Amino acid sequence: MEPNSYGLSPDHLDATFAALADPTRRAILARLAKGEASVNELAEPFAMTQPAISKHLKVLERAGLISRGRDAQRRPRRLEAKPLAEASGWLEGYRQFWEGNCQRLDALLEELKTEEKKQHLRRKQGDRR
Amino acid sequence: MKNTETLQVTTPTERELVITRSFDAPRRLVWEAWTNPKHLPHWMLGPPGWTMPRCELDLRPGGTWHFGWHHADGKDMEMRGTYREVTPPERLVSTESWGGNWPETLNTLVLTEENGNTTVTLTILYPSMEARDAALKSGMKEGMSLSFVRLDEHLASMAA
Repeated sequence: MEPNSYGLSPDHLDATFAALADPTRRAILARLAKGEASVNELAEPFAMTQPAISKHLKVLERAGLISRGRDAQRRPRRLEAKPLAEASGWLEGYRQFWEGNCQRLDALLEELKTEEKKQHLRRKQGDRR
Repeated sequence: MKNTETLQVTTPTERELVITRSFDAPRRLVWEAWTNPKHLPHWMLGPPGWTMPRCELDLRPGGTWHFGWHHADGKDMEMRGTYREVTPPERLVSTESWGGNWPETLNTLVLTEENGNTTVTLTILYPSMEARDAALKSGMKEGMSLSFVRLDEHLASMAA
């Protein structure tokens, strides 16, 4: 095991993990994966104010997940592929692992609930006899 | 947006990894599903292709547990630990280790119920931040999780 072998500091990793924990920020990253976009363009699909989006962008920027493009007027944001691919892969792996477990657990709990109801009903019917 | 069944994975402190998820069931059923060897092999399987042929547990403080998985391609994985605290249906604390170089973690499962819904919070405490990050990373590296890492579309397109 060789932690941080690609040169990210632990602080940086925590910032990355925190940044990825939020669904809006994940959606912003998904949008930027299709190409760079200005703050206005990013704000549009989210029904959020520009300051709210800017806050999310700041978090992403601090985490090194996005950077600013060259166009001084539009100041487009773009994705920094490497840290995202590496860092989000870790948590994403865990998330996927648990998502599968939880979906199966959902199904099992439905079964247990149905079973309980049936037993309850049978007991009730038994009482009547 | 319905948030109740969204799975959250966070790293709130340097040594912790926290998984949170809500279930549409009372917590005594969630507890049952989480602690009964009759139920566990039906859901605690991770990625597709794995079965759980070994599920032994002695559910009491000081009791041990031993889970084993088998993959269709022949791989095997094992995990074991000791229960520290058993408070049905709300709190289960146990150690967990995959063996080998993997660090032992302290896992705390907390179940809270509200209006018939149960929120599960699983906190995995690593001996150090390095151990946590290394575990997360080597899980990726060693292929244990590679098979189940289906990154969001954006990651797939980025790698291309």
